[in-house]
Amino acid sequence: MAECHPVGFQWVMEAKKRGARVIHVDPRFTRTSAVADLFVPLRAGSDIVFLGALVNHVLTEEKFFRDYVVSYTNAATILTEDYAGPEDLDGVFSGLDREQRLYDFASWRYQGGMVRSASGDRRPPPEAGSGQPGDPELDQAADADERARAHPGVRAAARGEAHGSGGAAAEPFPDTDPTLQHPRCVFQVLKRHFARYTPDLVQEVCGIPPDQFAEVARLITENSGRERTTAFVYSVGWTQHTVGVQYIRTASILQTLLGNIGRPGGGILALRGHASIQGSTDIPTLFDLLPGYLPMPHVVGNEDLDTFVQAESVAGGFWANTRDYMVSLLKAWWGDAATPENDFCYGYLPRITGNHGTYETLRVMEEGTCRGYFLFGQNPAVGSANGRMQRLAMANLDWLVVRDFVMIESATFWKDGQEIETGELATKDIGTEVFFLPAAAHTEKSGSFTNTQRLLQWHRQAVEPAGDARSDLWFTYHLGRRIRAKLAAAPDGAGASGELDAPIRDLTWDYPVIGEYGDPDADAVLAEINGWDGDGKPLSSYTQLAGDGSTACGCWIYCGSRAGGVNQTDRRTPGKDQDWTAPEWGWAWPANRRVLYNRASADPDGQPWSERKALVWWNAHDQTWTGYDTPDFIAGRPPSYRPPEGATGTDAISGTDPFIMQADGKAWLFAPAGLVDGPLPVHYEPQESPFPNLLYGQQQNPVREIIRHQRNRYQPSGNEPGAEVFPYVATTYRLTEHHTAGGMSRFLPYLAELQPAFFCEVSPALAAERQLTHLGWATIVTARSAIEARVLVTDRIRPLRVQGRTLHQVGLPYHWGRNGLTTGDPANELAHLSLDPNVHIQEVKALACDVRPGRRPRGPALRELVRGYRERAGITDGTGTEV
Amino acid sequence: MTDRMGFFTDTSLCIGCKACEVACKTWNEVPEDGIELSGMSYDNTVGLGASTWRHVAFIEQPAPSARVQIPAVTPARAAAPAQAPAQAAAPAQAAADSMRWLMSSDVCKHCTEAACLDVCPTGALMRTEFGTVVVQDDICNGCGYCVAACPFGVIERRETDGGAYKCTLCYDRLGDGLTPACAKACPTESIQFGPLDELRERARGRVTELQQAGETKARLYLDDPEDGIGGGGAFFLLLDEPEVYGLPPDPVVTTRDLPRMWKHVALAAIGLAGAVLAATRRSRP
Amino acid sequence: MSPRSQEQQMVPDAGFRSYYGRPVLKEPAWKSPDVPAYLFFGGLAGASSALAVGAHRSGYSELARVARITAGGAISVSAAALINDLGRPARFLNMLRVFKVTSPMSMGSWLLAAYGPLAGASAVSAVTGKLPRAGRAAAAAAGAMGPAVATYTAALVCSTAVPAWHDAHREMPYKFAGSAAAAAAGIGLLALPPDRAVPAARLAIAGAVAEQTAERLLERRLGAVAEPYRSGKPGELMLAARVLSLTGVAATAAARGRNRVLSAVAGATLVAGSAVSRAGIYEAGRASARDPKYTIAPQHTRAAARAWPPRAGDTPADDDGW
Ligand SMILES: Nc1nc2c(c(=O)[nH]1)N[C@H]1C(S)=C(S)[C@@H](COP(=O)(O)OP(=O)(O)OC[C@H]3O[C@@H](n4cnc5c(=O)[nH]c(N)nc54)[C@H](O)[C@@H]3O)O[C@H]1N2
Ligand SMILES: Nc1nc2c(c(=O)[nH]1)N[C@H]1C(S)=C(S)[C@@H](COP(=O)(O)OP(=O)(O)OC[C@H]3O[C@@H](n4cnc5c(=O)[nH]c(N)nc54)[C@H](O)[C@@H]3O)O[C@H]1N2
Ligand code: SF4
Ligand code: SF4
Ligand code: SF4
Ligand code: SF4
Ligand code: SF4
Ligand SMILES: [Mo]
Repeated sequence: MAECHPVGFQWVMEAKKRGARVIHVDPRFTRTSAVADLFVPLRAGSDIVFLGALVNHVLTEEKFFRDYVVSYTNAATILTEDYAGPEDLDGVFSGLDREQRLYDFASWRYQGGMVRSASGDRRPPPEAGSGQPGDPELDQAADADERARAHPGVRAAARGEAHGSGGAAAEPFPDTDPTLQHPRCVFQVLKRHFARYTPDLVQEVCGIPPDQFAEVARLITENSGRERTTAFVYSVGWTQHTVGVQYIRTASILQTLLGNIGRPGGGILALRGHASIQGSTDIPTLFDLLPGYLPMPHVVGNEDLDTFVQAESVAGGFWANTRDYMVSLLKAWWGDAATPENDFCYGYLPRITGNHGTYETLRVMEEGTCRGYFLFGQNPAVGSANGRMQRLAMANLDWLVVRDFVMIESATFWKDGQEIETGELATKDIGTEVFFLPAAAHTEKSGSFTNTQRLLQWHRQAVEPAGDARSDLWFTYHLGRRIRAKLAAAPDGAGASGELDAPIRDLTWDYPVIGEYGDPDADAVLAEINGWDGDGKPLSSYTQLAGDGSTACGCWIYCGSRAGGVNQTDRRTPGKDQDWTAPEWGWAWPANRRVLYNRASADPDGQPWSERKALVWWNAHDQTWTGYDTPDFIAGRPPSYRPPEGATGTDAISGTDPFIMQADGKAWLFAPAGLVDGPLPVHYEPQESPFPNLLYGQQQNPVREIIRHQRNRYQPSGNEPGAEVFPYVATTYRLTEHHTAGGMSRFLPYLAELQPAFFCEVSPALAAERQLTHLGWATIVTARSAIEARVLVTDRIRPLRVQGRTLHQVGLPYHWGRNGLTTGDPANELAHLSLDPNVHIQEVKALACDVRPGRRPRGPALRELVRGYRERAGITDGTGTEV
Repeated sequence: MTDRMGFFTDTSLCIGCKACEVACKTWNEVPEDGIELSGMSYDNTVGLGASTWRHVAFIEQPAPSARVQIPAVTPARAAAPAQAPAQAAAPAQAAADSMRWLMSSDVCKHCTEAACLDVCPTGALMRTEFGTVVVQDDICNGCGYCVAACPFGVIERRETDGGAYKCTLCYDRLGDGLTPACAKACPTESIQFGPLDELRERARGRVTELQQAGETKARLYLDDPEDGIGGGGAFFLLLDEPEVYGLPPDPVVTTRDLPRMWKHVALAAIGLAGAVLAATRRSRP
Repeated sequence: MSPRSQEQQMVPDAGFRSYYGRPVLKEPAWKSPDVPAYLFFGGLAGASSALAVGAHRSGYSELARVARITAGGAISVSAAALINDLGRPARFLNMLRVFKVTSPMSMGSWLLAAYGPLAGASAVSAVTGKLPRAGRAAAAAAGAMGPAVATYTAALVCSTAVPAWHDAHREMPYKFAGSAAAAAAGIGLLALPPDRAVPAARLAIAGAVAEQTAERLLERRLGAVAEPYRSGKPGELMLAARVLSLTGVAATAAARGRNRVLSAVAGATLVAGSAVSRAGIYEAGRASARDPKYTIAPQHTRAAARAWPPRAGDTPADDDGW
């Protein structure tokens, strides 16, 4: 965190000054470890064992927060007899379809409730947000599974999307056993499931000595309960794995058992990446989401507005109002053209017909189906896994638009990319027409950033963009304007073409422009997002939204960000002038709430668990919820309230159910729906690992996303012959001095001089084993490619004892490419495409590799070297693709 | 003259983010200083000089035997979690075979007795109303005397234009009542800017806390007006001996010895004159 | 273990108590040969002016004439060398903006400003024979300042943080005086037959002996910090200088005021010895600034001795690792 979120880290230092203890768990000793009280090095890719053992410790040592667990979680809920877990099936769950590489969740249900799987994307950004507590959730109609079964294509496309972590249906209420004794109640299932995760296993798999594990267990449990809370902070060290989402799930289970969710100083904090990456999921840049986590309609099952609403809304909780949110969105986009008669233009929305994710798109580029590509602030030639595959795919496009500050590798690969050097490509053979359009930076435009706390903060333009640079808002607006002008000019849009054009012609596309270059006024865009009523008056809360077309709102969760016509995100009251929750700094969705599910900070009777940890509480006198933060609960609902039979929507939420976005109001220790790779976390080895899975016969995540492609060959793992060819574990990461694929740092002298060369970090022991010299060169090899790096030999990388032998890990910052003031090989040349099945994120945190002294060969010899390795390891197109 | 302003750099709070280095260069338009891998841990600017006025040192070393708990500097806010948990017992075994990574942001010391200023023959180096030491670039003739005189190797002549350069303690910003760029950018308050007396007060409290917490090697550096440079306008809290950070253990301003030097120069001159007279005593035959 | 060799193996730990073996100080930015030349010619000029007065008084008029011309020439070269060394030569007059006793370079500049023209005038008159009375007056005035001109440069180099210079501030002025005297006398011996330069012979021996004595004392007192004067490139220069000036002394003695050739050889070696020793001193200073141990070790010892009992964990004073 000190490395990548130094400004946010000031608060960790502040907490430290106040006596907080900081534990850092990382394969490498970093700037964070330097100021941590306890540094716990482990093998990359083994955290589920470490966290699972903590869960086991908490359960067996009875360290969990009983009152919290019994009242606020689904620990007491009873599962059906159909459920079978890894203990029974050697590492997989009941319902595995080995042909389709998919799970059928039917057997993961609660008993007594016909559980429906859910929809709407609970997916975090391709970022650190996986499983961030409190992503809004919604439920879906019973036919989801049937529909999906009937259309495996759609189901494959839907994946996490059509089966997000929706709450189990609120009724009929599932059977429970508050004594937690029933053998099939979640609590008992959890105990059995994690029984294998012992300190000895931690030592064997993670390389963490038992005394260090015990120390962590002590610190965490002693610091949790009524009086104290513990927070977990993670980012992509946890997410970029084929089991990334399950990493976060394990932490969620631990935090829920310890009562650290919905309380001050608790939680699981996903540190985000690009500025406003949270915003890019709230108002998504993802193919399967609409604003506010409304699902993008499927070609099947969402034919019209009614089927969509019927399919996607929930009986219980706030998702019962899906129609209001959806209709308001359609009104915001198509205004007067959207009428009850034409289904509010619902028909204009595109439909999901398959997986349209980034990496999937590479395939259709190669096929020639995808002809044109926009890169708005992305440098896949360096930043995306398996860079060679990325570049070769882009070389197949007809046209490519790159909007960036500088000439990034993705804009120049056609003339100086590595494939030109290796002779795989020749500039004259590349038909791709590349348009480079300079982009304005954040200082040259106004707008909002949404951070990991869901806090919207406004930034104001400082200067007009230089030269031809323009903001992305300018580009998008004026591009749309010109297209609409052309369409308007076109012979009246009757007939097929006319209908095709209608969605664009009918758009509300009239933003006031300001400044030298006619930039659309960002504040006007925020106004549309916030929404207005029939008379155009700004709305102040999403509770005002209606499904009859009388309200328009561009993103229901952002409703209120411009309440009273005032830009609430531009508030800057200093901390010293307000209380410690700082409600007047920026604006947090929903309803300027700073801690989600904060009703859990009070006991079932509505009183704070302790004075130290008071956040919100029930005021019996005024019969209302109150506190420092905006209560995340129905304002007047007393703790004593119990929903009558058949209650729906928010009425179905009991006075003791803090998790109001979950249809059953409970925190889920066991997830009956929502995760495509299991209701509970299981340790699987990474796609490529020098070690066998010690827990089960099942080596890897059985439903991980595999991309069979000649440029994406996988390596043998564990005990398979050939695995020994790649004996080391490489992990990739960031340096404070650089930013991601380097467009924002490698080209700047003041940053380039601070980390002036691509290097690999190795231990003295590995240096000796492979004759590497400090400041010399090393070549790192995988089945995809080989890269060269300067060598930093340092004690910060420590060899570990894993499964009885010494494991060496290699550290690779991934910021370098061929352009800029400091150049070097991109680490992503080494990476494969095997993805987490829930969020399609690449596994770049744990790769098996070989390391050799000296520089890599140039030209065609490079491909030769890699082919040689593949042959020695006996790699075929089938290697590593087993379920 | 207003209060004497200065820096207290508390290296126990430094996270090595180098924001101070970048902020300094950006504000003062200091040129890039060479894009070259040094192999000195994460330090690639290597030291203070004409084109690096803030420099962050990185030292990888074995951890001292007992892990320590960095204690509270400020009393906890009412609303926020109060005292540390009862069992403040530090995780002891963590120490075994472990290491530590010291980081420290260095800068011109703005010495009370500044050698550079004393020896400057043009008056280009001056003492400002804030008690800081600043080069007036329009007067400096590049004689380089300050370079040889500085006991910390801070000031340096820039080859491109021959002038001597160093930290100005953001004289322009101070004039406008602003915090120096480096201190402003520091996220962890490792660089603290303010009236020197207050800073010294705060620093003494901090170092006692650290020592009580077991940081036996924690010490203040250049905080003492009695030391060889009359105390630094910029002083430091270090977790190891100064030389480990590339700082001189006991710097003394050279001009303290100047009177004695002049005395010997005078005696030598007289001696020379005497020798000549003696040699020419006897007239030519 | 030397930090360098360790650095080759890996990111070094701080085992050797310095920061990656990097210098604490900046090496003097002065150029060579400019600054050694500045020191040498300044000394030569100053001593020559003094010699001129004495020689004139005792009737060695040729010697006086030679000395006056030498002084004039030398001081011009010295000034030129100084100006050439400035990073911004065009601004050399800024030296005269202020009068600072704390800055030997400032004092020196004023001294030269006064001395230079006088020495020049006296030389011109000596060469042309014009305005003999004014010339003699100038020579007398220059002669009075000469010894200061010859020795202030010792304060100039010693008033720095450079260990091998600063720590030598007690002996350096005497060494410079002796060196200057030997050089001035050497020119006399070179230029004139021995019988017309008798005082030069005496001064030569006195100067060279004084210089060598000062050097011995300096090395004894400085101990380890004097190492650069004995080792490496500066060590060789200092040795050469010593051999040259001792040869000079021997040759002077051997010439016994008669042998023209021996006497000329003596003159040449003395001049050379003086010049080379300035170079040696300059290089020794740079070497002592470059290696952190000359800065750190003595200071560490000093500090540790002061802080008693030693601070927990600090390396004891007697273990300076060198
Ligand atoms: N200076 C700077 N700041 C940045 C960025 C940048 O490029 N530069 N990028 C921004 C972006 S886009 C993002 S997403 C965030 C990412 O922020 P981080 O996630 O902090 O970034 P990383 O360095 O990729 O990964 C963090 C750590 O994960 C460790 N790690 C690797 N594998 C494992 C594992 O299996 N288990 C555990 N426990 N740790 C592991 C790595 O050693 C590394 O130290 O940073 C943001 N902030
Ligand atoms: N091996 C490995 N690979 C990784 C990761 C890893 O940890 N290891 N991390 C992954 C993660 S978390 C991320 S986020 C990606 C990042 O990968 P990319 O997003 O491909 O890389 P960036 O360099 O962040 O690309 C952002 C570009 O946007 C430009 N830019 C900045 N501001 C603007 C703007 O306002 N408008 C426009 N049009 N352009 C702008 C910048 O100049 C920069 O070139 O890398 C991923 N890849
Ligand atoms: S770069 Fe920006 S977002 Fe990242 S830490 Fe610094 S200030 Fe925060
Ligand atoms: S540290 Fe050096 S440059 Fe800075 S004031 Fe002191 S003597 Fe001058
Ligand atoms: S270099 Fe400039 S600042 Fe330094 S002493 Fe000479 S004149 Fe003064
Ligand atoms: S005070 Fe100003 S000039 Fe000095 S280091 Fe800080 S930013 Fe640079
Ligand atoms: S900005 Fe502060 S924390 Fe960052 S390196 Fe500089 S002093 Fe250390
Ligand atoms: Mo990211």
